[in-house]
Amino acid sequence: MTQPGNKAETGEKPSVQEEKFLHPTPMLDELEKGEWPSFVTGLKELAERTKKPMLRGVLDQLEYSYQTRTGYWEGGLVTVHGYGSGIISRRSRIKDKFPEAYEFHTLRVQPAPGLHYTTKMLLELCDSWEKHGSGLIALHGQTGDIMLQGVREADVQECFDELNQNGWDLGGAGAAMRTGVSCVGPARCEHTCYDTLELHHRVLTHFTGDVHRPGYNYKFKFKFSGCPNDCSNAIFRSDLAVIGMWRDAIQVDTRAMAAWIKKNGIELLVNNVINRCPSRALSLVDGMLAIDNGNCVHCMHCINVMTEALSPGRERGLAILLGGKNTLKVGAMGGTMLVPFFRMESRKDIDRFIGLSETIIEWWTENGFDHERIGETIERVGLKQFLDGVGIAASVDMVEHPRNNPYYKSEY
Amino acid sequence: MEYKRTWKTIESGPHGYTEALHPVVRKNYGRWKYHTMPRPGVLKHVAESGDVLYTVRAGTPRQDSVDLIRRICAIADRYGDGYLRFTVRNNVEFMTPDQDKVELLIKALGEIGLPVGGTGPCVTNVAHTQGWLHCDIPATDASGVVKSIMDNLIEDFKHWRLPSKVRISTSCCAINCGGQADIAIVVKHTRPPRINHDLIDNICELPKVVARCPVAAIRPTVVDGKQSLMVDQEKCMYCGACFGACPVMEINHPEYSKFGIWVGGKNSNARSKPALGCLVAQNLPNNPPRWPEVNQVVGRILSAFKKEGQPWERLGEWIDRVGWKHFFAITDLVFEKDMIDNYRHARTTFNQSAHVRFPNSPA
Repeated sequence: MTQPGNKAETGEKPSVQEEKFLHPTPMLDELEKGEWPSFVTGLKELAERTKKPMLRGVLDQLEYSYQTRTGYWEGGLVTVHGYGSGIISRRSRIKDKFPEAYEFHTLRVQPAPGLHYTTKMLLELCDSWEKHGSGLIALHGQTGDIMLQGVREADVQECFDELNQNGWDLGGAGAAMRTGVSCVGPARCEHTCYDTLELHHRVLTHFTGDVHRPGYNYKFKFKFSGCPNDCSNAIFRSDLAVIGMWRDAIQVDTRAMAAWIKKNGIELLVNNVINRCPSRALSLVDGMLAIDNGNCVHCMHCINVMTEALSPGRERGLAILLGGKNTLKVGAMGGTMLVPFFRMESRKDIDRFIGLSETIIEWWTENGFDHERIGETIERVGLKQFLDGVGIAASVDMVEHPRNNPYYKSEY
Repeated sequence: MEYKRTWKTIESGPHGYTEALHPVVRKNYGRWKYHTMPRPGVLKHVAESGDVLYTVRAGTPRQDSVDLIRRICAIADRYGDGYLRFTVRNNVEFMTPDQDKVELLIKALGEIGLPVGGTGPCVTNVAHTQGWLHCDIPATDASGVVKSIMDNLIEDFKHWRLPSKVRISTSCCAINCGGQADIAIVVKHTRPPRINHDLIDNICELPKVVARCPVAAIRPTVVDGKQSLMVDQEKCMYCGACFGACPVMEINHPEYSKFGIWVGGKNSNARSKPALGCLVAQNLPNNPPRWPEVNQVVGRILSAFKKEGQPWERLGEWIDRVGWKHFFAITDLVFEKDMIDNYRHARTTFNQSAHVRFPNSPA
C-alpha cells in the first residue's frame, strides 16, 4: 500500500487526525476540481468520517482502475432467505492487492413509485445503511432501484431484515421481473392520463414473487409514463411501456389561449406551435388555434408549449407498447404499439391490465429462448404469431404501414 | 457476532407512495391545471383548486454518500416540509407552496454544492451507469466521465442557453445502460475477447456462452485437452456479450476500449417519434481522469446545436432538418465507413432516394 501524503485538500472539514485515514488517490482527486458536485469528494468525506476500511479499499481500487484503465469487479451469487435476486454480488478480482475491497455487494431496493420520499424514509434508510453497509447510495440505478452499494455477505441478511421492517423490499435482478419506474404522474403533472403511481404500485406488488425469484427467459421491465412525453423513458427502456393516452378532443381554455397569443404573438403561434405539429392537425383560424382532433397523433407538442391553454382530453386511459430494450443482442429496439387505448379508471381496470400482462408474459415464457427479451421473441416468431398467441386482434395502429413485401402466406 | 434471525420477510414490493406525497400534492392529486417555469430549475404548478406548488430542482452526483443525503434531507425539512423526490435523471426536487422559500432553497442548495437548474431548454443531469466503481463488465468509469462533462456544461445546466432540452447519457459498455439521449457517450471495444483456456470450462456454461453471441462467432473447441471456446476473429464485432456471461473471456483492454458519440436519440413522442441515436464519432481515447477528447466532441456538437437549432427542436430534429452532411461539416466531425450500418435491418438506414444536398452549390 502506498503511504498517505499528497492528497488534495477537499476544502472542507479538515481532519483532526495527524495521519490521514485514506491513501493517496491523485487521479481521482482530479475529479474534485470543478463546480459540478463530486462523487469523489463525497466518497472521501464519508470514508474519513466513518473510517470504514471497505471504503478506503474501494477508493484504492478505483484509483487503480483509473491508472490501469481496467475494471476489477466480478459478479457472483449472494442472496437473502427466500429470494433469488435483489443482491448484486461484487468481489474484487485483485483482492490480494486491495483486500479491504474484497466484498462490496449491492442491495437493490424498490423505491416508492415516482421516486417520492419523506425525509424520515430516507434518513432511516441512511441510518440502516451506515450501520450495516458502506454508506454509499446511488439514487437511482438505471432500472429504477435505490442502490445500496457496499456490504459484506455476512451482513446482508441483517441489513435486509432491518430495511424490510421499515417497509422496504428488494428489487429484481437477472431473469426476473424488474423494479418498475413511473413518472411524477398525478402527484404533480397536469398532463397525466392515468394514475401512474397507483398502477405501478399495484402491478409490481402483484408480480412481487417474480421480482424475487427469477423464472423468466430474461429480464422483464414495466415503465409507466402518464402521457406521450414519456418522462420515464418507457418506450426504449422497458419491455412493457405504459403510456398515458386520451381519445377525445384536446381540451382548450379559450381565455388562456387568447392570453397566450396576446403575450407571444401570432408569429410564435405559427412557428413554434402550428408548424411543429407532426400530422398538420393544427391551423390558424380567425387568429386562434384550430385543432383537427381526428388527425391528432397525440405527440404532446402543442400541449407542452401552451400548458395553460391546452390539455389532454377528458376520456383518458393508456396505450401499451411492447418489446422495447437496449442493445443486447439484436440491437436497441423501441416498444411497438400493441393497445392504443386501454381504459384505466377503476380497480377492475387495473385487474384487467394485470390479466393482460400475465397473458403476454406467459406467451413469452412458453415461446422465448433463454436470455431472449420479449421484443426479440416477437421479432423472431412474428408479430402475427404473437397476436394469435395472446388473442389480440390485429390493428393498423400497430404498424407504420401495411406489408410492402409480397412474400407471405395468405390466410385464404 | 453471529446474527440470529427472528424477522420473517414481508414481500411488500415497491415502497408505498401516499405517505411520501407533499400535503399540497395529496390535496390536488390528479387535479393540476398547468405549470410555468419562472426561472431555470424552478417549476410553478397551479392546481384547479387555485393552489400553487413551487418545485426547485438541483443536480446530484448520483453516487451519493449518506452524509450528502442527510444534508439534502435537512434542506427538505427546513424548506420543503419534509418531502422530496428524484427525477429519472438523478436530479433532486424540493416542493413548497411558499414562493418565499424558493430563493432560500436555491441558496441552501448552493451552500451544499448542488447546482439548481435542469429544467427547460438546457442540459439536464446525465443518465449514467456504474463504471469502474461497481460494474463487473465496465470498459471505463461512468461517474467520472459525467463529472468531467458536467463541469464543462454546468452553465448550460443552470441557464437557458439552448434551443431546446438536451439529454446526455453515458455508458461504460456497448450494452448502453445509459440509454437513448440527444448525446450518448458509449464505450466500444475494438478487439475480440481474450479467452483463458485453463479456467473457462470450470467457470462458464459453454453452450450458454455460444448462444449469447449475436453474430454466431463463438464455437466449442478443445485446447490442450480441455473443453474451451474459440472466437471467429472475422465475425466477432467486439460487443462483449460473451464477457457478461463468462468473465474469463476478457473484452476490456486499456488501449482497445474507445469512446463513441451517438446523437439524436430521443425518448419523448413530442413532434417526432422516439428515436435511436446515430454514431457520429468513434475511436476517442478512454482517457481518465477527465476524458478531454470526449468532452471536446460533446462541446462541438452542443455549440453547433446552440447556434442553429430552433426553439423546441431537439438535437435529432435539428439534424433531420439540416441534413447529416451539414451536421458533419459544422461540427468538424468525419463521416467514416464504419458509420454505415451492416447489422440486421441495415438496408432500412440507406438513402433509398435521390435526395441529396450540395451545400456548396451557388445560392
